[in-house]
Amino acid sequence: MTMQSGLATSPTQLRVYAPTADLDVASPPSREQERARAIVSPRDSRTEPGPVRFVIIALALTFLTVFVVLPLVVVFAQAFSKGISSYVAALTEPEALSAIRLTLLVAAISVGLNLVFGVIAAWAIAKFDFRGKTFLITLIDLPFSVSPVISGLVFVLLFGAQGYFGPWLQAHNIHVLFAVPGIALATVFVTFPFVARALIPLMQEQGTQEEEAAISLGASGLQTFFRVTLPNIKWGLLYGVLLCNARAMGEFGAVSVVSGHIRGETNTMPLLVEILYNEYQFVASFAIASLLAMLALITLVVKTVLERRLDEGQIPSDD
Amino acid sequence: MGLTLTWLSVIILIPLAGLFLKTFELSFDQFWSIVTSRRTLNALKISFGLSFAAALVNLVMGTIIVWALVRYRFPGRRLFDAIVDIPFALPTAVAGVALTSLFAQKGWLGAPLAELGIKVAFTPIGIFIAMIFIGIPFVVRTVQPVLLDLDVEIEEAAASLGANRWHTVFRVILPSLIPALLTGFALAFARAVGEYGSVIFIAGNLPNVSEIAPLLIVIRLSEFRYADATSIAVVMLVASFLIIFAVNRLQRWAQTRIPAH
Repeated sequence: MTMQSGLATSPTQLRVYAPTADLDVASPPSREQERARAIVSPRDSRTEPGPVRFVIIALALTFLTVFVVLPLVVVFAQAFSKGISSYVAALTEPEALSAIRLTLLVAAISVGLNLVFGVIAAWAIAKFDFRGKTFLITLIDLPFSVSPVISGLVFVLLFGAQGYFGPWLQAHNIHVLFAVPGIALATVFVTFPFVARALIPLMQEQGTQEEEAAISLGASGLQTFFRVTLPNIKWGLLYGVLLCNARAMGEFGAVSVVSGHIRGETNTMPLLVEILYNEYQFVASFAIASLLAMLALITLVVKTVLERRLDEGQIPSDD
Repeated sequence: MGLTLTWLSVIILIPLAGLFLKTFELSFDQFWSIVTSRRTLNALKISFGLSFAAALVNLVMGTIIVWALVRYRFPGRRLFDAIVDIPFALPTAVAGVALTSLFAQKGWLGAPLAELGIKVAFTPIGIFIAMIFIGIPFVVRTVQPVLLDLDVEIEEAAASLGANRWHTVFRVILPSLIPALLTGFALAFARAVGEYGSVIFIAGNLPNVSEIAPLLIVIRLSEFRYADATSIAVVMLVASFLIIFAVNRLQRWAQTRIPAH
């Protein structure tokens, strides 16, 4: 995913576009360019006229405010619309607490599993050459491109009463669907790509030289991994875990299909948001939603910090 | 190595294979009659049609946003740059209830719009709005790095050869952004087609009018009509495969284009 933001922008790069005097300082014009400027006014040729600039900025900011900022503000406004005491009361309801607990449990399971297998998958793809590699990468990306509802549906088809493993599970009295294992499985499926996707480009860029050196100096495979590979990829790994966690806690479509919505048992936070909203318990619904929105905001802030770390980390490897 | 493949097949391949196997249990006529039933066709039309329209809006507005973020300096630029990722990060159910309450008849934006006679929430327009919300980061984050990396010299050359700004932008800059723009469009389109959480609250969910295909899958599942659910899912899955295939092709095309200039 291209999540690199414009924070990587170097200030000098931008100065070139700014219609200010330091344009000439940044790059002393050649004689040809000076001649060209005598013909075409530099102001008109390098950037858009002032009114056009104003309209473009106004359009961009209005659009982002209406479509992105306002929905976020509404969540908090609604959550606190009846005061702080009802906000706190809504969050300390047994139902809310059990949803928070379940969400944390499911996120821990799926982050843990995807951490281990994401690292292994990225390791295999980045450091080895083998047939079917492209196919493997496509497979890893697949959950990103499948509708969350379909992700849930496939597990119903496998483990449901009419599913392929359903009768066997019933005979052994194992509950997967409409129980925690099903929710965890669907979440693992949906969040699988994040860790692997964050690591593959990083590991490819770093190559295998350091690992080869370590092994030729007598390090074992595990030693090489924990002493050489892991320190090199730690920021990328954190980045993947962060996005994986955010999605795991917020997943709605897939979980909604497999959960069965048993109150106090199989409701995650997003599912409880839906149920309370449909029951017109708006304060309670938006109170839970505000927790998830805060999770999203914290994720974004940490992500920005990590992206800066990753950019810095790339500088020495470029040399 | 073997472990990776095993895990991937357990968690991804087997479930998807199950989906297709289930469909093959149906005869083609059964499959066809499900997919071409009025309600299914309408749901697919609503999902794909509105997603396409929303992706078009994202394409235009995304380009404007990228242009403002990359080319201009204004107060709050970094903040707005970070804000673009909110639709990625905000859980879809939260986005759904927030958009609904914003555009409901008594909502902050719904009330003024209602006075103008425009009803957004619980109509197809609401679906359209939610799909725009969910798609905007895809266009911005795909196009932004390309515009950042674009060589200034090309613009200077165009200008020094006598092109006015309008010509430089539309004949020189925008054409080199086309692969990124199309990729962003396709990603936003694919995401909107499959989107569930942020749409169902604001949609109204009236069969044949404002019922999206993913919701119809959920409804069929709750009615235990597994064959219907699976058939709709397969149609959507094939469509999203085609979109991903197109995106990969586009990216390869973009890579071969770069050395050309």
